Amino acid sequence: MGKLERISPCAGLLPVSIGGLTVSEIDVGQITSVTPFEGAARAAIDRAIGLPFPAPGQTTGDAGHRLVWMGQGEGFLLGAVPDPNLGAYAAVVDQSDAWAVVALTGAGGADVLARLVPVDMRLRAFPVGATVRSQLGHMNASITRTEEDTFMIAVFRSMAVTLVHELTTALEAVAARG
Amino acid sequence: MRVSEKGLGAQIGFRFDGVAYTGRAGDTVASALLANGVRLMGRSFKYHRPRGVFSAGSEEPNALVTIGTGARSEPNVRATVQEIYEGLEVRSQSAWPSLKFDVMAVNDLAAPFLGAGFYYKTFMWPKAFWEKLYEPVIRRAAGLGSLSGQHNADTYDRAFAFCDLLVVGSGPAGLMAATVAADAGLDVILCDEDTAMGGRLLAEIEDIGGGTAADWAAAQVARLAAMPNVRLMTRTTVTGAYDGGVYGALERVTHHVPRSAAPLECFWRITARRAVLCAGALERPIAFENNDRPGIMMAGAVRAYLNRWGVTAGKLVAVFGNNDDAHRTARDLHAAGVAVAALIDSRADAEVGDVPYPVHLGAQVCGSSGRLGLTGIKVRQGDAQIDIAADCLAVSGGWNPTVHLTCHMNGRPAWREDIAAFVPVPDMVPGLEAAGACNGAFSTAACLAEGAAAASRAVEALGGEATAPALPEAEDRAYRLSPLWAVAGKGRAWLDFQNDVSVKDVKQAAVENFRSVEHMKRYTTQGMATDQGKNSNVGALAVLADATGRGIPETGTTTFRPPYSPIAIAALGAGAQGKGFAPQRFTTSHQQTIEMGAPMIEAGLWYRPSYFPRAGETTWRQSCDREVGYVRQTVGVCDVSTLGKIDIQGPDAGKLLDFVYTGMFSTLKVGRVRYGLMLREDGTVMDDGTCARMGPEHFVMTTTTAAAGEVMRHLEFVTQALHPDWAVAFTSVTEQWAQFAVAGPKSLELLNGVLDTPVDNDSWPFMACGEVGVMGVAGRLFRISFSGEHAYEVAVPARYGAALFAELVRRAEAKEGGAYGMEALNVLRIEKGHITHSEIHGRVTAFDVCMERMVSDKKDCIGKVMAARDGLVDPMRERLVGLRPVGAVKQLSAGAHIFETGAAHVHANDQGYVTSVCYSPDMGTMIGLGFVKNGPARMGERMIVRDHVRDLTVEVEICSPVFVDPEGGRLRG
Repeated sequence: MGKLERISPCAGLLPVSIGGLTVSEIDVGQITSVTPFEGAARAAIDRAIGLPFPAPGQTTGDAGHRLVWMGQGEGFLLGAVPDPNLGAYAAVVDQSDAWAVVALTGAGGADVLARLVPVDMRLRAFPVGATVRSQLGHMNASITRTEEDTFMIAVFRSMAVTLVHELTTALEAVAARG
Repeated sequence: MRVSEKGLGAQIGFRFDGVAYTGRAGDTVASALLANGVRLMGRSFKYHRPRGVFSAGSEEPNALVTIGTGARSEPNVRATVQEIYEGLEVRSQSAWPSLKFDVMAVNDLAAPFLGAGFYYKTFMWPKAFWEKLYEPVIRRAAGLGSLSGQHNADTYDRAFAFCDLLVVGSGPAGLMAATVAADAGLDVILCDEDTAMGGRLLAEIEDIGGGTAADWAAAQVARLAAMPNVRLMTRTTVTGAYDGGVYGALERVTHHVPRSAAPLECFWRITARRAVLCAGALERPIAFENNDRPGIMMAGAVRAYLNRWGVTAGKLVAVFGNNDDAHRTARDLHAAGVAVAALIDSRADAEVGDVPYPVHLGAQVCGSSGRLGLTGIKVRQGDAQIDIAADCLAVSGGWNPTVHLTCHMNGRPAWREDIAAFVPVPDMVPGLEAAGACNGAFSTAACLAEGAAAASRAVEALGGEATAPALPEAEDRAYRLSPLWAVAGKGRAWLDFQNDVSVKDVKQAAVENFRSVEHMKRYTTQGMATDQGKNSNVGALAVLADATGRGIPETGTTTFRPPYSPIAIAALGAGAQGKGFAPQRFTTSHQQTIEMGAPMIEAGLWYRPSYFPRAGETTWRQSCDREVGYVRQTVGVCDVSTLGKIDIQGPDAGKLLDFVYTGMFSTLKVGRVRYGLMLREDGTVMDDGTCARMGPEHFVMTTTTAAAGEVMRHLEFVTQALHPDWAVAFTSVTEQWAQFAVAGPKSLELLNGVLDTPVDNDSWPFMACGEVGVMGVAGRLFRISFSGEHAYEVAVPARYGAALFAELVRRAEAKEGGAYGMEALNVLRIEKGHITHSEIHGRVTAFDVCMERMVSDKKDCIGKVMAARDGLVDPMRERLVGLRPVGAVKQLSAGAHIFETGAAHVHANDQGYVTSVCYSPDMGTMIGLGFVKNGPARMGERMIVRDHVRDLTVEVEICSPVFVDPEGGRLRG
């Protein structure tokens, strides 16, 4: 019996570089959705994850071991394999294949996202470590500023083609202004 | 005629109606044409009267032109806004065959019949004439530009922006407001619709702070441009004020350069914590007989062309006004060496001083001459009337503050008697304050002071501290005027140039009892079209007030609505052209499916294969029948990843499922699947699906593709609003798993070829589930069936989806089976009487689909109580049945209605309707599902299916909805 080939969500679509900015697919490793149960001990959860659970709009940790706020009561653990004990306090769900994750890198990324996201993405309002669940075009997205000039953008895997189309159109619109 | 070259750019060639002209960089089409002595720029909308440029801004009603050619041509562009560039093609509109000889000008001769309300009175009957005769004729005669009829080749952009303070308009008030706010550290956006910042300061000869006003403006702009917390946006019109401090703004990005790949326009949504409106004021005309000839224009515009572009609108210019401001026009023209024919002021007590041109006080212009351009005016002074030769008349009836934006949330401005104008009332738009001329402060000094004060208040409101700025010395004359709206006379005196509405039309509307200003507007069409009455509203309502014997404040204004100036739909829809309209969701098998030639259908945002055609097949039915055969005889493979999958975990997971499903799930054994029906609060079926118990506190729920989002929302509502106390959490895993149905007698055999550990009917009976290894990958296997055959659904993480689909299809084809699409899937489920959203369409209950026994009586669930209401369990309700044609006609159609044999096919006799139909290869005939009154009790009864749309009448027999294998032996075997 052969082996099943793996295909990443944006295979064949990226990278795209326009006007000094680049969109590339990133492999953040395992993605685990963590949703603490009502009444569960927060300290135990933080211990099991190894990171404090982030406040809304925030992230904790860094590349390789990051916890990203994903909405009401939910965080995404990126890169690390969760402690098996975590399941006693929280719903733990593998989401490694559910999301297309890309990085928008380069100076002026906020101007590109201003075409697509109805949230102030400028550094002052959206500093490194900030995250938001919002629309990107018509898509439901998670956007995190991981570096001053890098945004990590995630949408449903099935929408990877539209994500690349939207970002490319926005990059072109910004680049065309010179 | 160009009288000064000061500050002008390079020479630029452009064409107007095919004739080559030269302008200078920075010229608008209007200024460049005036510099070339061209006064005639358009024909009026209704009477096709020759018209020239009227203003120097976006309020222009007359000089509308078409820019460019072919697919990229753009109609109704204001010549006063459009900048020229090398090679620009400009065409006049609304004239045929030419601007100078327009045959439609016969409308003007018919004017006595075409007055106010003409359309309403004439075209009342016969009805058919409207569509077939009147409308085409009127459309052809009416004078606005037309679209190319081709696909729009331009790109448009949209963007969001955020700031502490939005300043709208960059005249003295706006520049001062932006400066004060920026110095206090606010994040400032300053927008102006003009190509350069400065507002009227660019158009007037006056001093600020010891230098010229234009120099002061340039210095302020340069200082603001250097500040990191300031964003300057020229060519950007703030078009509307909306809730929550959101403002719409249209940026004309590349209208001023040759067309490129860059966006033509960008529609901005600006969110501002505070806003200062410094939109200035619009000068208003005075109505008199034939006041619309090319060469008659606003006095302020004449000054703008002269002082900003070095262009005089005429060689011999007369000036007519009712206020001191008009005097500046005569002064500036004379200073520039242009002959001033006369200064006519309607006020007998006006102070003009000692000036070197003729002055007529207490006089009024009462007529004009010159067919395609002004040659002279008639002036009445008391009983005397004199003729004065002039090729340009500069008119000023005073200024109307540009209050538009303040009224966008339904506020009404207040009348100020001293300036005879409407001004904003505070707080009409929360967080927005008007300052300067748009607030009725007309001197430059007052504008500077108001701008600074409004910005200081904004700074303080945002918790900052503003330092009082030193205001530069500036012009501070009192604004004196005596209202004059219309000069008495017999002929037509125009109020609304764009819609050809005269004083007489407004009076006629009042006579016919259209006395409300809103009625008058609609009856006469005053204030409609692209300028939205910017030049005529106040004048028209003043005439109406006079005609109805009321004051202007009692008469009131019409409603100001966004946008302030026209926005192309393409700009509002930026990003939604072509594929930008909606996201596309592709399954992991998409690429292979396309390669197999499958036509795709959209299911919500998802794309799914309709069928997989084979060589030699000429109709979809052949493919569909073949694919149905795979599942019934060998094995078929179908991507079912689009079904919603919701992972539910927690100690209270069972409680949640018992509460949202009609059936009992807390008792389901680990490793087993159960079919579930979900109701809305009102007892109607919301969705159906299966739920698998993967562990003691771990379930995976499936939903239909269509209702995945709705079910997710429903669970959010239940857990957040009804039972926040339950320890349960759920997560969508639709995208995590690629899931494929493997169905048919050979499905087990096929699967065992890819499973790491083979399964059999005992270890994995019908409705079993669990974790399995699929070619070395951790996957899940569910023994469920939508086709009624021995079937499975196998799931792997999505990264392996494409590979597994390819493997399954390859193996199925080796067993004389293969992939099947939505058409076959639909046939298979209709043959088994399985419902989809064609049946559970939002109006049916569990009782209606004959699943009332699935509502557990051992527990409560959402919708249970409401579903038990008498009306919802009445046997005479329309209930699910199967339909089989038994007469000569064998064709069934969904949507057809069902009647008793012999009954007339009318509503009163309606017995039910057809929801799903297909050709069943198994039955060798078409079959259908439908709802019939008391259906289950009518098995075997013959009825008539009547489709009024397709004109089909079919005799059917009511039968069980399960056509194939009613005992379910194949399912379990």
